[in-house]
Amino acid sequence: MSIINNINKVFDHRIRLGIMSILMVNEHADFNMLKELLDVTDGNLASHVKALESADYIDVEKQFIGRKPNTRYSTTKLGELEFKKHIEALEKLINPD
Amino acid sequence: MESKDYLKDISEIKNIMNKSSRFISLSGLSGILAGVYALIGAAVAYWLVANSGRDYLMLDGQIFRWVLLDLFLVAFFSIVTAIILTTQKAKKQGAKIWDSTSRRLVFNFLIPLVVGGLYILIILDQQKFGQTAGLMLIFYGLSLINASKYSIGDIRNLGFIQIALGLTAALFPGYGFWLWVLGFGVMHIIYGTWMHFKYDKK
Repeated sequence: MSIINNINKVFDHRIRLGIMSILMVNEHADFNMLKELLDVTDGNLASHVKALESADYIDVEKQFIGRKPNTRYSTTKLGELEFKKHIEALEKLINPD
Repeated sequence: MESKDYLKDISEIKNIMNKSSRFISLSGLSGILAGVYALIGAAVAYWLVANSGRDYLMLDGQIFRWVLLDLFLVAFFSIVTAIILTTQKAKKQGAKIWDSTSRRLVFNFLIPLVVGGLYILIILDQQKFGQTAGLMLIFYGLSLINASKYSIGDIRNLGFIQIALGLTAALFPGYGFWLWVLGFGVMHIIYGTWMHFKYDKK
């Protein structure tokens, strides 16, 4: 039953998987980049970002570019580890051997 | 039925990872080709100067104009190749070619590059051409490092190498040509091959 244990409830949503996928292959991404790539609304994205942030899987870095606020996201070590475990668990569920 | 959902999850993850990092997976092949163009261009320049009867360049001479044209063609073909390969890859993956990721990457790459290009033209016009190879390497390295903030870390290292070669060329202007060949030719090919096997061959 250890496989089921590795399925992480926090990642159990298409948009959260998408956010983590982008941050795994990019050092960081800002809000608009995530929005464009995932094709979601502001509010929707914000709530999923919040969930990942409160699980400590992503880092949020707020800054200003000129007068415009800009928020940058990146994965934490913990988030990276958990995401890898999650993917491995998914793959094992699909191809049990 | 549940496992079908998981399969969809996995393919979605792969799809998004590809889409958000297509510039990296592309840069392998276009890097190799840019290096090859630079080597050909350098060979042509070498041949031009060797056949001019002098072993140095005169700024107002005919040969110098040919060398400038040669340089321009190398840059032109490298850029065109990169654009063609990016478009092809993006189409294959159904990704948008001109989104905020690529805009930022290109814009930040161009800032030091354009400044450097103008600076080089200005000092060439003032007859100071001993530092040209070093300056090209340095500004190109800075462009790579600037662009690397919008891509994953590898082009940053290529940038540092180019800057190191550029500073060496500034110290030893006599070796400028060979350091240019090393930076724009050999390093591009090594980097491109490495990227190709790291990202494209998966």
